[in-house]
Amino acid sequence: MRPLEGLKVLDFCWVAVGPMTTSYLAEYGATVVRVESRLRPEVLRSAPPFGGNVRGPNRSAYYANYNANKFGFGLNMAHPQGVEIVRRFVAWADLVTENFTPGTLEKWGLGYDDLCAVKPDVILFSTSMLGRGGPHSRQPGFGPVLSSLSGMTGLTGWPDRPPTNPYGAYTDFIVPRFAIPTIIAALDYRRRTGRGQHIDISQLEASLHFLAPPVVEWAMMGREAERCGNRHPSAAPHGAYPCRGDDCWCTIACLSEAHWQALCGAMEQPAWSREARFATQLSRKAHENALDGLIAEWTQDWDAHDLMHTLQAAGVPAGVVQTNRDVVEDPQLAHRGHFVYLDHPEVGRHPVQRSEFHLSAAAPEHRSPAPLLGQHTAQVCRDILGMSDADIAALMQEGVLEDDTPLPEA
Amino acid sequence: MASESACRPDREGMLSPYRVLDLSDERGILCGKILADLGADVIQVEPPGGSSARRIGPFYQDEPGPDSSLFWWSYAVNKRSITLNLHTADGQALLKRLLPTADFLVESGPPGELASLGLGYAELAEINPSLIVVSITPFGQSGPYAGYQAPDLVGIGMAGLMYVTGDPDRPPVRVGFPHFYLHGAAAGATGAMLAHAHRTLTGAGQYVDVSCQDAVARALANAPQSYALDGAIIKRQGSYRQTGSDNYMRITWQCSDGYVNFLFSGGAGAGASANNLVRWMAEEGMGDAYMESLDFTKWGYGTITLEMMERMVPVIERFMRTHTKQELFDGAVSRRLLLFPVATPRDICNDPQLAARDYFRQVPHAAFDEPLTLPGPFANSNACPIELRYPPPMVGEHNRAVYVDELGLRPQELVRLREFNAV
Repeated sequence: MRPLEGLKVLDFCWVAVGPMTTSYLAEYGATVVRVESRLRPEVLRSAPPFGGNVRGPNRSAYYANYNANKFGFGLNMAHPQGVEIVRRFVAWADLVTENFTPGTLEKWGLGYDDLCAVKPDVILFSTSMLGRGGPHSRQPGFGPVLSSLSGMTGLTGWPDRPPTNPYGAYTDFIVPRFAIPTIIAALDYRRRTGRGQHIDISQLEASLHFLAPPVVEWAMMGREAERCGNRHPSAAPHGAYPCRGDDCWCTIACLSEAHWQALCGAMEQPAWSREARFATQLSRKAHENALDGLIAEWTQDWDAHDLMHTLQAAGVPAGVVQTNRDVVEDPQLAHRGHFVYLDHPEVGRHPVQRSEFHLSAAAPEHRSPAPLLGQHTAQVCRDILGMSDADIAALMQEGVLEDDTPLPEA
Repeated sequence: MASESACRPDREGMLSPYRVLDLSDERGILCGKILADLGADVIQVEPPGGSSARRIGPFYQDEPGPDSSLFWWSYAVNKRSITLNLHTADGQALLKRLLPTADFLVESGPPGELASLGLGYAELAEINPSLIVVSITPFGQSGPYAGYQAPDLVGIGMAGLMYVTGDPDRPPVRVGFPHFYLHGAAAGATGAMLAHAHRTLTGAGQYVDVSCQDAVARALANAPQSYALDGAIIKRQGSYRQTGSDNYMRITWQCSDGYVNFLFSGGAGAGASANNLVRWMAEEGMGDAYMESLDFTKWGYGTITLEMMERMVPVIERFMRTHTKQELFDGAVSRRLLLFPVATPRDICNDPQLAARDYFRQVPHAAFDEPLTLPGPFANSNACPIELRYPPPMVGEHNRAVYVDELGLRPQELVRLREFNAV
């Protein structure tokens, strides 16, 4: 039996944070019906890379990474009958998920109270940038902007340069770590008490738990942390050092005297390492610029991977600054089966990232690649709602239901 | 900034019936914190003298002490604390007495450490077959790098997040606050809850093996797919972000008094935002005929080419530099632009949105006159909200409640165990 066997999810999530959240549910046994419309295409369907390097709504490998195992349900929410069909799915679902701008569900007459009228113990999961209520609640945005609002951008980069954004829609990949335990806790609460609920996550508020100490430092001490590249507040050496080749780097982080002594051993005790200015942790920290320069002279002729293996064997924390290629080819990630390769009719063979934990009694499942837009519309209407083929065809004709007929060229 | 709230241990939470024995240090500490906020009775099991997480600066009033670490406050609030020395037979015996009361056990030691103490998953499951055991390590329990040491910097680099972050003419940089273990620990809470859902169906516990490298690799957006499909090596681009082999977004912009983030890209949302900016610039007499000829909603998300960027960016830069952070943000609110200031911790503490939602919590603490100001709930619930139950505990604050009142040790036994350095 799978961990979420029997869990039924009506999923309105789109882009990254929401679909990544529901991907874990689909990976561990839930039935997830993903509602989309060709009239307002899911943003990630238009995001690269594309199968065969050709754009198309069914060709994005970015979209495919978060939507394996889900059923693709094409529905026109602008049509009054579309909302009626949603209500029928709500009666079926345990969990309804969405990450629209607050107010969108309500505009359709599908707010939490409306859903409860259909299914009193429904769990509605909502997440938005800044949560429901407050002056900026409806301000639109994506993760790259939120990295900035949550303080992460301001602290990342070099002290003598403008701040730099952590790569990608970064907070989109933080929020699911709070969202999924909350959703499963809500399911457990309902199992024990019979009560559903509305969970609402402000992505800013959840993300701030990844930056809590610097925020508390201002709140309690009126002092602001500043960006400091790769440096550690108290330890040195601590940085990325150049290696042989173009833009190749290896990190070294000596957090203890033992690490430093091991590094000196690996460097074969150069004379400079015995200078008084490098004798203690405090003085190494005080002479960090000089120290970094001397270590870089030693590392620059090394292959980054050889250096990592040599230093780790000597007891020095060190690691290759891996490119996206290194990550895809990483032997440790391969050992854990991190990338699951699926075949998709339009994306082709593509990697899907599995959950980062291994459960000893439950394997993750990758039954099907991400759906084509509208791929399973007839199937879910027939199997879940018990609609007749004639009714389905009529609703397709009226433009309420959308199947996977290719879209006309834009 | 926030109203003071009393801690109320009796408040119901979604996970109130469940107990977590949290053996983790600073590397796994967020896992139990998430479960504690959701209502579980999370007992931080600390070595005598206190967790190493208490030794992470900065410290309140710059006075290092076991109760003044801001890191400890942030990630131990809502937990209880007992001391227990796993390296003594008495400590191990006490842990085994506690196991039948626990639903989860979380640990973050190197692979094999607990097993070497006779406390591996097999031994724990023999005592409590329904126990869920969560291990949080840099690379997982097995594999070629399982024995490698990975402090934050090393881990973030190995997971691929560092190479793509930073300025192109400088070394790659890590995220400015250590996130490697926070990702892994928080993912541990998801693994724990999936295992719990499984347990409600089968009655059996299981072992959850979390890799922080795997967790951070899931924060790479489409970079792995870009290599796998296009062979593209994604480079760090400073203010830009490379989204494909020849596709970019521009993110950070200098304004007259600091920086703003404005996501300049195509796509349904970002494209509408870009169109709105083009209109705004035209209204202020800083328009550009080429940009006005484009409809950015017709472009895909992250599909603008470098050539187009080079044509348009100087025009936008000029506009941004004529305005302050606040002016640009006010305009973004009224005109629906994907633009926010690059916030500092001070900006966050003064954020009107967070204030309107009464986000921050003031937590009374016995060691300090001033209540602690801490981040509020990570989720809101209309039925069973996240509540304050316990302030960040003092070292072994709940030894008596757990060992004497619950397990039935005599107070003199507790004294003796302390003298043996077992608690």
